[in-house]
Amino acid sequence: MRLALLQLEGIAKRFGAIEALRGVSLDIQAGEVIGLMGDNGAGKSTLVKIIAGNFPASDGTIRIDGTAQHFHKPIDARAAGVEIVYQDLALCDNLTAAANVFLGRELRRRVGPFKILDARAMYERAGALFKELKSETRPRDMVRRMSGGQRQAVAIARTRLSEAKIVLMDEPTAAISVRQVAEVLELIRRMKSHNTAVILISHRMPDVFAVCDRIVVLRRGAKVADKSIAASSPEEVTGLITGAIHAA
Amino acid sequence: MRHDAPTDPRGGGGATAGVAIDDIVELRERGWWQILLANQAFWVTVALIAICAVMSYIAPTAFATTENLYNITRNFAFVGIMALGMTVVIITGGIDLSVGSIMGVVAIVAGLILQAGYSWWMAMLAGLATGIVAGAVNGWLVAYVKLSPFVVTLGMLSIARSLAIVLSQNKMIYEFGPDAEIVFAIGGGAILGIANPVWMMLILTAVFALILNLTTWGRHIYAIGGNEQAARLTGVPVDRVKLQAYIVCAFMAALSSVMIIGWQGSAINALGQGYELRVIASTVIGGANLMGGEGGAFGALIGAALIEVIRNSLLMAGVDANWQGAFVGIFIILAVLLEKLRGRRRD
Repeated sequence: MRLALLQLEGIAKRFGAIEALRGVSLDIQAGEVIGLMGDNGAGKSTLVKIIAGNFPASDGTIRIDGTAQHFHKPIDARAAGVEIVYQDLALCDNLTAAANVFLGRELRRRVGPFKILDARAMYERAGALFKELKSETRPRDMVRRMSGGQRQAVAIARTRLSEAKIVLMDEPTAAISVRQVAEVLELIRRMKSHNTAVILISHRMPDVFAVCDRIVVLRRGAKVADKSIAASSPEEVTGLITGAIHAA
Repeated sequence: MRHDAPTDPRGGGGATAGVAIDDIVELRERGWWQILLANQAFWVTVALIAICAVMSYIAPTAFATTENLYNITRNFAFVGIMALGMTVVIITGGIDLSVGSIMGVVAIVAGLILQAGYSWWMAMLAGLATGIVAGAVNGWLVAYVKLSPFVVTLGMLSIARSLAIVLSQNKMIYEFGPDAEIVFAIGGGAILGIANPVWMMLILTAVFALILNLTTWGRHIYAIGGNEQAARLTGVPVDRVKLQAYIVCAFMAALSSVMIIGWQGSAINALGQGYELRVIASTVIGGANLMGGEGGAFGALIGAALIEVIRNSLLMAGVDANWQGAFVGIFIILAVLLEKLRGRRRD
């Protein structure tokens, strides 16, 4: 078997007396799209935050390309090739779309002894990314005035910037129009075709079944299912999430 | 575009959509003219020009004289310089109430060193260093200890003023030692008919405008004010940038202070009392948003200018100068009201 791109081994997380995750193990290959499902409080967000470096696991190891990782800050995870699209998108309303895409890794050019922002290059690159996303997002527009779908495109364009190996998406299709959902799903397929691994957290069963290769269900902090989409069904997954079906 | 865009992504229409998106990349949401009309600093400039025109018409022999314009510009230069630093802090969503007191303690430190007979540059460096230390304390407590900027700088307002009084033993310092003439020339002199502090303000305004608009640091200042959490998540060194913002703000107050003692020829521990309000008023009138994320260098300058021109005009009109506070207060409230109205239209 191929070495997994991302390997989670016995990941546990305790917040005081609360066990949010009880030893979750998971292997993900490059170019694989995983649907991570579970009810509220099942531990999805906690797991994603551990992979993204928001906080460390209480127990267990994360390996990327076989190397054990110790993330202390999101920037550590980013350096290892993990990008996350936050549910609230983490955008600055007072900046342009391009400024948001490049936030924290601005392109600069040298003018004499100074290094200044290379606005033109950022507009062009952001424009190219939006074009790749087939999104009508204009790089020079303020995010404040954008629709939900356009904001989503800005947040997703960010992950494309670094050619991330693993992209975590927290409910990307929760609050956008039908047309934009189709666009986001198309983007996920595009990432897959670039050999990027995607972990999609979603409550929307049709989205998961449309783009994912494999589905992982968490219940009360434990993994209760990890199987190919082809071998499952929305009914089974619903049962697994609610606990009507114990495990699969 | 919205209607003729093909809905079939695999169809021959893909190229058409591509061209259309290329066009969009170059588009701006609003033209330059519309951006200008939505800019508060622009409207304040219009108001300023209108007041100057009216005053020149009413009192041509008093207002529009070289001497009066020299005085007006020099008077607001000190506040203008401080307003630049304040703008940076306010854009991050913070506030610095301690700038007036920092001015006071810096003046006393520089004054004491001059009085002891040391050279002008040692006094100025010591003054500037005092400002940096005060700003670093403010910034550290705000950025790393995560205390509210309002409370921290209110504390510093009290501490710095008290230090100024203690250090000066509550005496005025007017004996500036062997380098007195140099200090007077720096703060009180003029080049090409324009007072030195005015030159300094103009140059610093240009520098701040460039830094805020063209550097990564400037971009991060705006990002922190827009959404601090987002800035943090995307890897902006939020704490460090905030610390630096408070240092810059206090440094500007110190710079203004070492200039003003040269102009006034003395250092008193009450220097800068009440300046924090005028400085904050200048930035807010110039379009800085107290909620963070908005503001600019030119706005700081123009806000300071408007307050001084109004004060000057009131004096000329024979109105008791004590009304100035009331007018400044009204202008602050109007500026915030204007911001709220603009915000409402935006949403």
